[in-house]
Amino acid sequence: MSILVDAGTTFIVQGITGREAVNLTRECLDYGVGASIVGGVTPGRKGRDVHGVPVFDTVAQAVEHHGGPIDGSVVTVPPAFTKDAVFEAIAGGVKLVVIVTERIPRADVAAMVEFAAMHDARIIGPNCLGIIVPDVIKMGGIGGPAKDAAKAYSPGPVGVMSRSGGMTTEISSTLTAAGLGQSTAVSIGGDAIIGSTYAELMALFAADGQTEAIVIYTEPGGRMEAQLAQWVAENGDPLPIVAFMAGRFMDEMPGMSFGHAGTIVEGKEDTASEKIARLAAAGIVVAERIEEIPDLVRSKLAERTAA
Amino acid sequence: MRFYEYESKEIVRRAGIPTSKGGFAKTAQEARARAEEVGGPVVIKSQVLTGGRMKAGGVQFADAPDEAAEHAARILELEINGHMPRGVLVDGRVEVAQEYYAGVVWDGLRKQPVMLFSDMGGIDIEEVAERHPDHVGRGHFSNVLPFSDFQAKQVIASVGVTGRALTRLTPILTRLARLFVQRDMTLAEINPLAQLADGSFVAVDAHMEMENEARGRHAELLADLGVGEEETREAREATPFEIAGEEVDAQDHRGVAGNVTEFDGNLGLVIGAGGGSLTLFDAVRAHGGKPANYCEIGGNPSVAKACGLAKLVLQKPGVEKIAVMMSIVSNTRVDIVARGVIKACVELGYEPADKIAIFRIPGAWEEEGFKILERYGVPYADRTVSLNEAAKRAAEAVPA
Repeated sequence: MSILVDAGTTFIVQGITGREAVNLTRECLDYGVGASIVGGVTPGRKGRDVHGVPVFDTVAQAVEHHGGPIDGSVVTVPPAFTKDAVFEAIAGGVKLVVIVTERIPRADVAAMVEFAAMHDARIIGPNCLGIIVPDVIKMGGIGGPAKDAAKAYSPGPVGVMSRSGGMTTEISSTLTAAGLGQSTAVSIGGDAIIGSTYAELMALFAADGQTEAIVIYTEPGGRMEAQLAQWVAENGDPLPIVAFMAGRFMDEMPGMSFGHAGTIVEGKEDTASEKIARLAAAGIVVAERIEEIPDLVRSKLAERTAA
Repeated sequence: MRFYEYESKEIVRRAGIPTSKGGFAKTAQEARARAEEVGGPVVIKSQVLTGGRMKAGGVQFADAPDEAAEHAARILELEINGHMPRGVLVDGRVEVAQEYYAGVVWDGLRKQPVMLFSDMGGIDIEEVAERHPDHVGRGHFSNVLPFSDFQAKQVIASVGVTGRALTRLTPILTRLARLFVQRDMTLAEINPLAQLADGSFVAVDAHMEMENEARGRHAELLADLGVGEEETREAREATPFEIAGEEVDAQDHRGVAGNVTEFDGNLGLVIGAGGGSLTLFDAVRAHGGKPANYCEIGGNPSVAKACGLAKLVLQKPGVEKIAVMMSIVSNTRVDIVARGVIKACVELGYEPADKIAIFRIPGAWEEEGFKILERYGVPYADRTVSLNEAAKRAAEAVPA
C-alpha cells in the first residue's frame, strides 16, 4: 500500500494554466497508472482544457462537473492568492491539499493549516514538490517528467520524507540504485510552518503494511526533529528511521538564512549538531553521507528481523 | 527582517500602544533637538541590530540637551559587535514602578502564534522562563478567528496580575497580538513594558521582526519608516558580491539563480537547489575544499540567469575554478544550466574545460546536457556519482 494517495485518488490542479502547472499536469497524467486529474481551476479560464483536463473558474464548478467529492488539490497559484485558493479547495470538500507555491508568509500558512484542521483536511507543504507512490501515482512535480521519475523511484519498503523536494528524489534514487524501493515519498516542504511534519506523517507510515523503514532528509531550523524524536519515544519506535542532516556549516553562522525559508538558526535548539544529538538519543541513525543510507537501512531492517 | 528599536517603537505606537516620549537622531545636533523636545532627563541609546548595547557603552543618560548631544556624538562613533549605529534614540526617562514583558512569537509545531507575558520585565524572557516559570504566562491564538480581549486577559491573569493593572494591560496585549498578525511579524516584543507611578503603562523598548516574504504587502509602512528595499537586515549586511548575485536573480522571473553568500575560498560554487546546496556545501568543506561562495540555482532558470551567476562567481577575485553541481533535477533542465555555464566561460575568454572542475547535474534533459559538456571537454558526472563524490572531485581539482 501507500500513504495519502493511491491509484484511485482524484485531484484537481489550482492555477492549472500556469507554465509550471501545465508541465506538472502532463507529468502526473503520464506517470504510473496515470493520475485521475478531474479538473483544473484558473479564474476566468473556464472552458479551456490542459492536456485534456477541463478548466473551471471555481473549485465548486469542478466538483459539480466531477459529480462527487474530489480527494485532493495541487495548488500552484502565486503566493498572494494561495490562502484563498486553499480555503476554496477545503470549503469545496477537498481533504488533501498539496501546496507547491513558495514564499507564502507564515500568517497565511498558519491560517490555512488551521482552516484545514477545522474541516478534517490535511495540507502537505507549502514549498514542496508533492507525493509519489512509485509506479502508481504522483501528485505534484516530484521526480519531474514521468520518464525521469521512473529512473529515480521504484516500489519497495522505505517511506521517505524530506524538507527538500530535490533531495527527496536524490535520496530515493540512491535507494533505488541499491535495490531498495519506496512505499511513498513525501516532499513535506521547506518552510518554517508546514501542513504535515515528520511526526504527523509517522502514524500513517506506521499503519501502512508496505512500509518497513523510514528515511528523512532534514536541515537546521525549527523543532520538527525534536518533535519526531518525541514521537518515537512515545509510540514505541514502530519503524526504524535513518536521517540525513544537511547544512551543518550553518551552525557557525547563526542569524544567516540559507536554503529554505525555514532554514535559519535562531536558537540553540535549531542547530544541526543539536538536532543530530536529539535524533541519535531517540535511536534514529544519522547518516554522514547520502550513499551510506541504503546500508544503514538494511542493517536496521536486519536488526528488527533478528529481534 | 529585524527592525531597529526606533522603528519598532514607531510600529508599536501606530498600533495604539503608548510609548515613552522621544525620537531618532542621526547627528549630535539632532540629538540635542530631540532632548529639548522631551524637556527633561533623557536616555541616549545606540541604534544597532545587535545585543549588548548597555555593556558596550551604547546607552547613556543625560539631564540636559547639551549633555545629550555629547553622549550622542560619542555613541554615534561607537562600534558594537562589528556594527556601526544607524543613529541614536533619544528617549525621555520615565519613573518606573514596575517592569513587565509582553511578546508574541510563532510556535512552529502548534502552527499558531503564542502570546507571552511576564510581570518580571526588563530581562530576557528566556531567563525568566528558566528561573521563574510561574512568572511567564502563555496563550496560543487563532490565525483564522479574530483575537479577542479575553485571550489577553487570561494570559495576564495566569501569572497573578489583577486589579487595574490587569484591565489596563489587556488592551495593550490585544493590540500587540493584532499587530503581530496584521503586520506579518515573526517577533513582536515590548520589554520593558513599564508601569509608571500613576498606574499607566508605556512601551520603553520594543523589538520587532517582520517576515521577509511579507515585506511586499507592507510596502507603505516600510517606506514610512525609511527601510530600503535592498536592506536585508540579516546578521550582517549584504556584500557588493551578494548584491550583484541578487541582481542576476532579478533579471527575469524564471527560476532561481541567486541567494549568494560570499566566502573567502578559491573554489567557486554554482550549486542547487535548496537542499542540494546545503548538502554540497557541507561535502565540499568535508573534503578540504575552500568555497568562494554559497548559492542556489533551481526552479528551471533561463540560460541567461545560469550564465550570469556563473560569470559572477568566475570573476570573483581568488576563484580558480567553479564546480557546477546539483541534486537530481526534476524541472530544472540540465542542458540549460550546461549551456549557461559554458557561455559564461567562453564570454570571459576561458576554456570551459579548464574552468569547470566538475559538472554534476543529473535529471531532466540530461542526455542533451551531457552532449554539450562532452563537446567542450568539461568533466561531468551522472547520478551514479554521489553528491559527496562530486564534491570530493571538485575539492581535489582546486587544492586549497
